Amino acid sequence: MALRTEELILNVGPQHPSTHGVLRLEVELEGELVVKVKPHIGYLHRCFEKHAEAMTYPQVIPYTDRMDYLASMYNNFGYVIAVEKLMGIEVPERVEYIRVIMGELQRIASHMVALGTYGLDLGAFTPFLYLFRDREKILTMFEMTCGARLLYNYMWVGGLSHDLHPDFVRLAREFIQYFRPNIVELNNLLTYNKIFIERTAHIGILPADTAINYGITGPMLRASGVNWDLRKNDTYSIYNRFDFDIPVGQGHMGTVGDCWDRYYVRVLEMEQSMRILEQALDQLPEGDINSALPKRIKPPVGTVYQRVENPKGELGYFIISDGSLNPFRVKVRGPSFVNLSVINELSRGHLIADLIAILGSIDIVLGEIDR
Amino acid sequence: MKKAEEIFELIKSGFPGVTVELSADMPTEPIISVDPLKVHEICKFLRDNEDCKFDSLMNLSGVDDANGEKIKEEDDSEIIKGGTLSVYYHLHSMSLNHKITLRASAPRENPEVESVDNVWKAADWHEREAYDMCGIKFLNHYDLRRILMPYDWEDGSYPLRKDYKNPEFYNGMKVPY
Amino acid sequence: MYNFLTELTGNEIIAAFISAMLPVVFIVPFVIFGVLAERKVSAHIQDRLGPMRVGYHGVLQTVADFFKLIQKEDIIAEGADRKFFNLAPYLVFVGSYAVYAALPFTSTYIGSETDIGLFYIIAVSGFAVAGILMGGWASNNKYSLYGALRSAAQIVSYEIPTALVILSMVMLTGTLSLATMSEMQTAYFWNWNIFGGAEWAFTKLLLIPFMFIAFIILYISTLAEVNRLPFDMPEAESELVAGYSTEYSGMKFAMFFLAEYGNMFAVSALVSVIFFGGYQSPFGYLGNSLGLQWLIPYEQLFWFALKGILFVLVQMWLRWTLPRVRVDQLMTICWKYLIPYSFANLIIIGLITLL
Repeated sequence: MALRTEELILNVGPQHPSTHGVLRLEVELEGELVVKVKPHIGYLHRCFEKHAEAMTYPQVIPYTDRMDYLASMYNNFGYVIAVEKLMGIEVPERVEYIRVIMGELQRIASHMVALGTYGLDLGAFTPFLYLFRDREKILTMFEMTCGARLLYNYMWVGGLSHDLHPDFVRLAREFIQYFRPNIVELNNLLTYNKIFIERTAHIGILPADTAINYGITGPMLRASGVNWDLRKNDTYSIYNRFDFDIPVGQGHMGTVGDCWDRYYVRVLEMEQSMRILEQALDQLPEGDINSALPKRIKPPVGTVYQRVENPKGELGYFIISDGSLNPFRVKVRGPSFVNLSVINELSRGHLIADLIAILGSIDIVLGEIDR
Repeated sequence: MKKAEEIFELIKSGFPGVTVELSADMPTEPIISVDPLKVHEICKFLRDNEDCKFDSLMNLSGVDDANGEKIKEEDDSEIIKGGTLSVYYHLHSMSLNHKITLRASAPRENPEVESVDNVWKAADWHEREAYDMCGIKFLNHYDLRRILMPYDWEDGSYPLRKDYKNPEFYNGMKVPY
Repeated sequence: MYNFLTELTGNEIIAAFISAMLPVVFIVPFVIFGVLAERKVSAHIQDRLGPMRVGYHGVLQTVADFFKLIQKEDIIAEGADRKFFNLAPYLVFVGSYAVYAALPFTSTYIGSETDIGLFYIIAVSGFAVAGILMGGWASNNKYSLYGALRSAAQIVSYEIPTALVILSMVMLTGTLSLATMSEMQTAYFWNWNIFGGAEWAFTKLLLIPFMFIAFIILYISTLAEVNRLPFDMPEAESELVAGYSTEYSGMKFAMFFLAEYGNMFAVSALVSVIFFGGYQSPFGYLGNSLGLQWLIPYEQLFWFALKGILFVLVQMWLRWTLPRVRVDQLMTICWKYLIPYSFANLIIIGLITLL
C-alpha cells in the first residue's frame, strides 16, 4: 500500500528576511524540494500610474524616484528622455554627460546593494556591510549634488535641478581609484569562496531562449549568454560615445545562466561602469545646464515608448499624451516586474535554500514591481 | 531592419479580411491597429515570420481611451459610456533589431482581447496587470487573476479607468481618507 | 571540591547543590561577555563600531538586553502546544548545562569526577536535540518545524565523526575521564595531545599529522553540533526566519540564546581538553616557581577559560566570514568526507598506538 503524501504549502513572505521587501511566495514543497512557486505581489501597490494621470509632467518625476528606490537616478533618466523625445527637446552636452555620470554611479550603487544582499541571502553578512560602506561614498556625492540621498528628483525635463558641486569630479575620480581594489577584495571574500560557489553554481539555470521569451532583461539576460545591452544595442543619450564592454555570463563555475553567472555579471558591470565614468569625467564639457529648460511642458498629441538600461534591466516608459499638461497615460515596464515572473521556471526542483539564492540573484525591488 | 510600413504590408497580405490600420501621423512612432480577436494569430505570425522575427515583447499596456460619451452623475462625477479600451503591444526583434507598436481596441462594454501569453511568456503578468487595472478580459489566458490589487477587490472596479471611483469600504475599512 | 563542601556545610545535599550551581557562576558572565564579544568582533570585522551606547564602548549592552528580555511579554502562539512549548527551552539549556558537569575547570574543581566523562558528554549533548525538536514541533510553525528537523538531522549526523575522533583519542590515552586526560598532558605544550601526547617515543612524531586531522574533524563537527555558521541550518535566518526559535520571545528566547553560547564554550572547552591540555599551562605554573601552591588552580582556571574563549573567537571569526552551506551539502560533508576520514584516522591512530 502506497503511503499517501501531501505537499507542504509554505508562505515565504510577505514578512520574511530575504524576500527583499513585501513579496509573498506561495511555495509548494515536497520535503525540502520546491514543486511550485506562486508569487503574489501588490503589497506595495500605490498605483503610481493613476497618480501620474493627475499630475503635470514634471510632477511625475518624484514618483518615478519611488519605483526602484535603489536606482532613482536612472528612473528619472528614463522618464525625462521619454518626455524629451515626445517634445523634441535637445539638451545641452553638459547635461547629457552629467546624466550619464549620475546614471553610472547609480548603477554601481544599485549593484552594490544587489551583490551585498545576495551575500546576505547566502549567510555571508560581511560583504554586505563592506559594500554599503562603499555605497556611502556614492550617496555622499549625490547628496552634495542635489541634497538627497535616496530619492533625488535630480533630472528634469530639458535639464537638471542643480549643476555639479565643484568638488564632484575630484571625488568621483577618487572613488574610482578607491573602489577598484575593493572589487578584488569582494571577489576574494565572496565571489571565489568555495561555499559560495557550491551554493550558486548550477543553480537556477536560465537558458537564453526562455529568458528572451519571458522578456528578461538586464544582467539576468546577459548572464544567460545573450550579448544585449540597451546602452549599445538601442542606444540613447550619449552612450554611443563611450568605449565599454558588455559582460556576458560564461559559466566559469557552472552552467551558463546560473546564479553565479548572474552574480558575476554584476561584478563585471561595475568595472565597466567605472570605465564609462572615467571617460565621461574626462570629456565633461562646460556650459549652462538650464539653457534647454522649456517654459511650459506641454507635449503634442502622440505616444512614445522609451526604454533605458536600468541597473536591473530594461526600464520602459510608455507615455500617451493628449496634448494637455498632464500625461494621459504613463505605463512603466519595470525590469523587476518582468524578471520576477520567471521565478517558478527557475526554482522548480531545487531546494528551499536554492529558492532564496535564486530570488536573490534576480535582484528585485518591490517598489518597482508593485509601482 | 524593417519599417513599420513594410511590416504593415506583411500583416495585411498575411491576413486578408482582418481589419488592420496604420496610423503614422503620431509624432514619434507609427501604430498598427489590429482586430482584438485576431491578435493571437497576428502575433504568432509576427513572431515566426522570417522577415519579422519579433522574439520579444517589450511592453504590453492596457489603456482607457476615454473616447466614449461622458455622462455627468448627480454627485458631479463622470461615467463614460461607449468608446474603447485599448491594449498596446510594443514588439521588438532582437535578431533583426526592429520595433513595432500594435494596438488592439475593444469596446468598453465588453472588452475582450485575445491573450498572447503563449506567444511570449512575458505577456502573462502584463496581461494580468491590464486586466487588474483596466478590466480588459484576455481570452484564453490560463490564469487571469488580479495581480496588484487584492484578490477580493470589488468586481468591476478597475483603478486605471478614467471614470474610476474609489469604493467606500473595503472589507469593512473606510477607503477614502 | 565536593568533599570540601561536604565538610564545610556538613550536609551532602547542600554541598551537591552548591557544587552544581558553580558552573552557572561561570556560564552567565560568559554569555554576557560572549554576546558582547560576538557583536564587537563582528562589528570590527565588518568595519563598524558595534554597540557603543550603554557604558564605555557599549560594554553593558548585553546587561541592558538581558533586562529588556526579562521584561518582555511572553507570547505563546494560539496553535502552539503549550506544555512542550514551555518545556523546550529549558530542555535545550539543560542539555548544554549538563555538559559542564564533566568539564575539568581546574585540577581541583570538576562538577562530577566521573570516569566516563567523555562518554557522558556525548550522551547528554544529544539532549539538546530533543529540546529543539520539541520546540520546533510545539511552535506549530512550518519554519520552526523545518528548523527543528534540520537540527535533529544535523546534530545526530555530526555526532558520529565527533564520537569517532573521541574514540581515537580514547584509544591513544586509554581513559574516558577528562580530568585524567588533562592530567596526562601536563607540564609543557609539547606534551599536548595535538603534538602526540606526553610519551616520548618514535610514535609521537608519527602521530602529529593525524592528530591535526583529528583536531580539524572534531572542530568542524562541533561547529555543526552547536549550529554555528557555516552550519547554522536550523536557524538559517535568510531561509527559515529564525528556525526553531521563531515563535519564542522574552526569557524563553533568552534560554535558547544562553544554551547556544553555553554550548559554544562547552565544545570549545572539550576540544581544548582533548587536544590542547585543558587547564594545563603551556609552560609551567607561576605557582610552582613562586612556591605558592594555592595559586595553581587559579592559573589553571585562567588557562582553561583562555583556551575555550580562543576557540569561541575562532567560531565567531568563521561565522562572520563564511556563507552558509546548503542542507544537503551539510550532509555530504558529514557522511562523505568527515566520517570516512575519521574512520581512516581512527584506524591509523590505532595502528600507531599498537607500535
